[in-house]
Amino acid sequence: MSPDDAPLLAVDGLVKRFGGFRALDVLSFNMRAGEILGLVGPNGSGKTTCINVISGLYRPDGGAICFEGRSIGRFAAHRLVHAGINRTFQVPRPFLTLTVRENVEIARAYGRNRNGAADVGALLSSLDLAAHAEQPASALNSAHQKMLDLARALATGPRLLLIDELAAGLNPAELERVAGKLKELARSGIALLVVEHLMGFIDQITDRIIVMNAGKEIFEGRLADAARNPQVVEVFLGDENAA
Amino acid sequence: MPPDAPPLLEVAEVAAGYRRLQVLWGVDLNIHERESVVLLGPNGAGKTTLLKAIMRLVDIWAGRVAFAGEDITRLRTDQRVRRGIVYMSEASGFPGLSIEENILIGAQFLSWESARKRIDELYAIFPALAERRRAAAGSLSGGQRKMLGIAKALAGNPRLLVMDEPSSGLSPRFVKEVIGALAQFRQQRLALLIAEQNVKFLALADRVYTLDNGRIGFSGPVSAMQQNDVLRRAYFGLH
Repeated sequence: MSPDDAPLLAVDGLVKRFGGFRALDVLSFNMRAGEILGLVGPNGSGKTTCINVISGLYRPDGGAICFEGRSIGRFAAHRLVHAGINRTFQVPRPFLTLTVRENVEIARAYGRNRNGAADVGALLSSLDLAAHAEQPASALNSAHQKMLDLARALATGPRLLLIDELAAGLNPAELERVAGKLKELARSGIALLVVEHLMGFIDQITDRIIVMNAGKEIFEGRLADAARNPQVVEVFLGDENAA
Repeated sequence: MPPDAPPLLEVAEVAAGYRRLQVLWGVDLNIHERESVVLLGPNGAGKTTLLKAIMRLVDIWAGRVAFAGEDITRLRTDQRVRRGIVYMSEASGFPGLSIEENILIGAQFLSWESARKRIDELYAIFPALAERRRAAAGSLSGGQRKMLGIAKALAGNPRLLVMDEPSSGLSPRFVKEVIGALAQFRQQRLALLIAEQNVKFLALADRVYTLDNGRIGFSGPVSAMQQNDVLRRAYFGLH
């Protein structure tokens, strides 16, 4: 493998247990810089746990995580942010009494963005938040709160961004805009791991997906091929004729 | 159903908002017995506020809400629930209670036997919840908690189920199962008001309303909406 082909992220045999429940059961995959990888699967299959472990919210119980060649499986979340990994949340928790701009400025200061001073104004504009910059975060609707969560993660200058259900609750026109934005981020070299249930959205932004079930990978490849895989249809997509 | 039958839910000229911010500007909306209505609109249009006004989770500034012929504009939320209107929000459930306890709360106005029977019916539809019935709701994934919210809402045998984004966070297979289950409950006597972005739910819809800037834009059958170019582009874009 030439150095250019070395993966940005290498996840090898990852295990996470909650009591007797194996939320991640020996999960392995790689990601390249600038790649958008879709992580999909039934509810409760371990997708968010995977993001929580890679982002340092949970300690893994087994396996290894390497980022840019460095073993990071024991790093705390704040060290991972400084190392270049950040994430968004299914349910964003901004500082509600601070303004939208202040929320992003805190993330930028805390994240020690190595790319220098990220332009907060430009970031807010690119995510359609400029009109809300001086409002408290509590005044935002749920879609805008998700964009603010993305802005906060981007302000720390990540090279790997883990995205947990950003598209849920957006209408088709809003989805188009967010899909375009994510593709633009990938073109700039950021690797994106995207957990999502909207297959139209996943199809538009990814070249490759991993389908999880019960903490394990059951499929890796293109979404079009996943849709022909009987196990993926059974546990995740459902029969077209079922409903 | 005869078209001149009085509606089950009648929302007339409703205005509502938060403090000084007016969100709804004279909204009219009707739902008949067993009818399924889907409410579409961009984020920020006021969909959640309208659902909350129907439940009186936000105050109604002006206008009138009637249910089964009774003026309920001034009734409290719990009085509306007792009359058969149940609301499923984007986040619901008590994380410290078990899955079964959460569903039982939804069935609190039924007799013990009816509640038991109802819960068994729901477990047949939601086997993932049945398997973990003694587990704390807080141990479920985001999507599973959503399933629990749907089961809890259906547990009380409502006449009108008001749902805010039931599909968000659910796998494609489960979205199909939920749509199938709701169609089944409609056979009994359930009417539905669903705020959704997922156009798959239009399969359930008898009629659609679109809400824009706190005002009703289009209302009519799905087929009429699909024939309208502007609406089709706005609401059926990516799917």
